[in-house]
Amino acid sequence: MTITVNGVSAALPDDLRVSLLDFVREHLLLPGTKKGCDQGACGACTILADGERILSCLALAVQYDGRSITTIEGLGTVDALHPLQQAFVEHDGFQCGYCTPGQICSAVAMVEEARRGVPSHVTSDLTSDRFDLDHDELRERMSGNLCRCGAYNGIAAAIHATYGDGNTVSDKPQVMPEAAE
Amino acid sequence: MRPFTFERASSIEAAAKSAASNSQAKFIAGGTNLLDLMKLEIETPTHLIDVNGLGLDKIDATPDGGLRIGALVRNTDLAAHQAVRRDYGLLSRALVAGASGQLRNVATTAGNLLQRTRCPYFYDTNMPCNKRQLGSGCSAIDGFSRQHAIVGVSDSCIATHPSDMAIAMQALDATVETVKPDGSSRTIPIADFYRLPGDTPHIESALERGEFITGVLLPPPTGGKHIYRKVRDRASYAFALVSVGVVIHPDGTGRVAVGGVAHKPWRIGEADAKMQEGARAVVGTLLANARPTEQNRFKVDLVERTLGAVISEARG
Repeated sequence: MTITVNGVSAALPDDLRVSLLDFVREHLLLPGTKKGCDQGACGACTILADGERILSCLALAVQYDGRSITTIEGLGTVDALHPLQQAFVEHDGFQCGYCTPGQICSAVAMVEEARRGVPSHVTSDLTSDRFDLDHDELRERMSGNLCRCGAYNGIAAAIHATYGDGNTVSDKPQVMPEAAE
Repeated sequence: MRPFTFERASSIEAAAKSAASNSQAKFIAGGTNLLDLMKLEIETPTHLIDVNGLGLDKIDATPDGGLRIGALVRNTDLAAHQAVRRDYGLLSRALVAGASGQLRNVATTAGNLLQRTRCPYFYDTNMPCNKRQLGSGCSAIDGFSRQHAIVGVSDSCIATHPSDMAIAMQALDATVETVKPDGSSRTIPIADFYRLPGDTPHIESALERGEFITGVLLPPPTGGKHIYRKVRDRASYAFALVSVGVVIHPDGTGRVAVGGVAHKPWRIGEADAKMQEGARAVVGTLLANARPTEQNRFKVDLVERTLGAVISEARG
């Protein structure tokens, strides 16, 4: 059984109990994904599974056999930041930084959800197929990612600076080529 | 987390049979609630049956004009489905009022129905809880009970059912479709699906051992205005203090199901019949037998005011 993480194939753990979060952090030594609450309440462990944002703490690694996982390490590097990472720097999108990888993974997939017409709690017209990521939509859709430092204004500014209203950016989320395969 | 064995079910029948043969087995789909409880050793299955590969992730029109929602349809996909948004807006609204984007991407329709209470004493293994350990007592009744049930309660348990989706399913007269280990299938009206705590609060649904949910059926669209109003301690990503799901027609008739107040989605036909008389009349019937604690007595007023606001909104 294998799983693909950031474009690299890896064997799944023998111990069935290993969460996807512990698998990427402790087995693959990719510490970018953070363990906050470990019970699905904070969003710090958000990663992408086949491009969709999920909580890696509430996932068994063994259930992701054959799937393609992208962590923050697969979105950008120190030398080649993802545009949203760069925007977080420019807009003070973090203070301690612990929630940041989860915020960034979450936002990348959140924009795609909005583009494909997934409604949110604050969407006024359910039958509309286009949602602008305005102030309320952006915050509601990111509400699964807590920031204990309270950097929300910077986080929202960084996401807005990168994706605008969510409809105007022409390309797919910028996943590094080897991670996108 | 306790050790367990793991299998990927090859068919619905095989899954049900496997679950029936081992009283310590559990189905796992999204796992967003089960894994949380397994980490805390509140759930201690010795065997997990992964049902994700069974192809139950489709939403289809039924011959009578309703919808059949596969058990494994993810909450995000159900909320975003065109027919659901158009004809069953209450369901879309309830779904997106619950959890977060990350959780909704993984959580399934059947798993949402079967999620366990978020009573803090159920989660705290150092405290008595009849739902977790029958006969140990209820810590909530004389404890911190602000979040707890006010109606349908017992001396054993005052926990609430946490699902938003189930409130919409109740108001929409959904039916749960299952397969039993002997291969037979049946349908259970949502009104008969959940149980009140009584003196067996650990038994939460009408499902028998090994019985497997294959889907949820929605009757043909009812029309009317669909509104789901959730009142909670923060604007998003929190369980309901109370929630009100309604379908209201232009003549003022309609139906109402309430969340955050009972061990199951709370709806009473005689209360529905009073919709034209306004929120006070409806809630007078709906919560006639309410037995709140001192700490959650406010929910009685909160339900009435929330329903009042919703009726006003429906009238435009």
